[in-house]
Amino acid sequence: MEFLKYTAKRVLQVIPLLIIVSLISFFIIRLSPIDPLAELRLNPSISQETLDKEMKRLNLDKPIYIQYFSWAKSFIKGDLGYTTAGEKVSTKLKERIPNTLLLTMVVIFMTWAAGVPIGILSAVKKETSLDRLLTVISSIGMAIPSFFFAILMLIFAVKTGWFPVGGLTSYNFNEMGFFEKIADISKHLVLPVIVLFTISLSGLQRQMRANMLEVLDSDYVKFARAKGLSEGKVIFKHALRNAVNPMITLLGFEFAGLLSGAALTEYVFQYPGLGRLILEAVMKSDINLVMASLMMGTIMLIAGNLIADILLMITDPRLRGRS
Amino acid sequence: MDVLRKIFQDKFAKSALIVLALLYLLILCADFIAPYSNTYSNREMSYAPPSKIYTIDERGKLSWPYTYNYVREYEPALMQTVFKQDRSKKYYIKFFPKAENITGLIPRHLFGVEKGGELYLLGTDINGRDVFSRILFGGRISMTVGFLSLLIVFPIGLLYGGISGYFGGIIDTLMMRFAEAVMAIPSFYLLIILAAILPNGMSSVQRFALIIVILGLIGWAGFARVVRGMVLSIKNEDFVQAEKTIGASNMRIILKHILPQTTSYVIIAMTLSVPSYILAESGLSFLGLGIQQPDASWGNMLKEAQEFTNILYRPWLLTPGVLIFIAVLSFNLLGDAIRDVLDPKSQKRVK
Repeated sequence: MEFLKYTAKRVLQVIPLLIIVSLISFFIIRLSPIDPLAELRLNPSISQETLDKEMKRLNLDKPIYIQYFSWAKSFIKGDLGYTTAGEKVSTKLKERIPNTLLLTMVVIFMTWAAGVPIGILSAVKKETSLDRLLTVISSIGMAIPSFFFAILMLIFAVKTGWFPVGGLTSYNFNEMGFFEKIADISKHLVLPVIVLFTISLSGLQRQMRANMLEVLDSDYVKFARAKGLSEGKVIFKHALRNAVNPMITLLGFEFAGLLSGAALTEYVFQYPGLGRLILEAVMKSDINLVMASLMMGTIMLIAGNLIADILLMITDPRLRGRS
Repeated sequence: MDVLRKIFQDKFAKSALIVLALLYLLILCADFIAPYSNTYSNREMSYAPPSKIYTIDERGKLSWPYTYNYVREYEPALMQTVFKQDRSKKYYIKFFPKAENITGLIPRHLFGVEKGGELYLLGTDINGRDVFSRILFGGRISMTVGFLSLLIVFPIGLLYGGISGYFGGIIDTLMMRFAEAVMAIPSFYLLIILAAILPNGMSSVQRFALIIVILGLIGWAGFARVVRGMVLSIKNEDFVQAEKTIGASNMRIILKHILPQTTSYVIIAMTLSVPSYILAESGLSFLGLGIQQPDASWGNMLKEAQEFTNILYRPWLLTPGVLIFIAVLSFNLLGDAIRDVLDPKSQKRVK
């Protein structure tokens, strides 16, 4: 019951947040000197009927606050308008969002699977040459620009021919069987995942190390040691649980960082994700598409934070008592 | 002074500091060190490979360093133009040659080559511009963007966080909801959108200034939140209460008594956030939304690396990426060291 109440409260808090975000993004884009229908008008394959429909949907002849409400109303209804190429924005998004989610999920899963143990290791072996080596590696991982790393990976792919160069699927994807399809997608995912994994691993590993060191210094760990518990028990049973909690909050931020980092990586690898979509939309000043993908990116980010908060609630009993 | 000494004791931080000092010295003296000017371009020589410098001549004797010019030849078998060295004439390297058009304070360059010779230390780009010189001029933009953005981020963040935390209540709730909303927008998405709606036909100085403003507008929210958290705990301290009783104005308390308490956090956050601005600018310019040609920045120089043929056959075009990496790494190492020294909590951890 307690848990449900907390979850409901957190979900309700999201609503004002979304409204403010939509206001910010709407006014940024609408106050710029770009005519939202200019590109649509230039496209000869767009009928006058569609144009009129867009005009009516966005209420472009009315004052700007009415425009905002009509845009928001149609957004809630799921009507996102048309891209400059004449496709429905919603179809385009449906195609791209799963790809970005796939990429970020795989990366987050791998970063956690690797980052937490490595962080623990370097905290336990603090001040040894192994710890120093790990710190140096993580500094390098944090400093390399994602797009530059992606380019280097592309060179690697071209030179060795081991991995496909860019995209998510091969040209003959539709003729493949189910397992072949999975193999094909995984093969395409390897390089983008390596790039994003390396970059986000460094931050996670460092954070884990810092948390672990702090916990290892606390009284209850000293007590557990004094009690004569084995080092393994002290670390995994007592220290780890408390060191991981702050990391869960970080999960939400990590998701945010990944969305941003993924945009450049997707661009270099020609990966059909949300980041590349918004980039292309921005370059073509495709206003409907930009607005919709910006909102979608934001919703994904907020959802990520929400999940992190709820997870924290499950793992940290102190929070349950407080709410 | 004590802080500086402690930073110098850290091996990594010391080397990072030296590297950064060297980089800033190079870009500061770009006019003097770069053998070619900012606007130099030799259309005949697009994508020329780096000039080779010889110190041992063909008879195996030690010689004053010299180089050969490249000539372009069409290779029918490969179906492409290749660069070959023209071995007929040696061009000796000269130190302190007279500059042709004087842009800097000193009417000479650091080094150059005899008249008629061409010296491209890191090859040339598509327009036949010297990559080495452009890296120096581009560094002026890439390495200053971070600091200039901080001049926007920190005043806004400090004031916003200070007011929000100090007054509390409804003001705090409203201000923090707004900051959270700004943070909820994926920052890179917001960045490219803001950069894309910049009107065309701006001068390069205007564009540079606006990019700094945009970068600043994105970073302040997270910083303001942390400042607010600190202010919340500081505002209940005795000295603030004392200030209130003697009738100091709220603004005076915030600016003169509360915010100075956050100094060490601010210094740490500043050093640690410079790299993210360098990375953001280079990413933006890499996409073509940041600094525009003909101005150089490390990001827009890497734009050429988007083409496969370039990265495979002209690896010298990747050098700006290496420099971004070195600069960011140095700032990170330095930031870590400053944090260890200034933050008592992490100092305990180090011990």
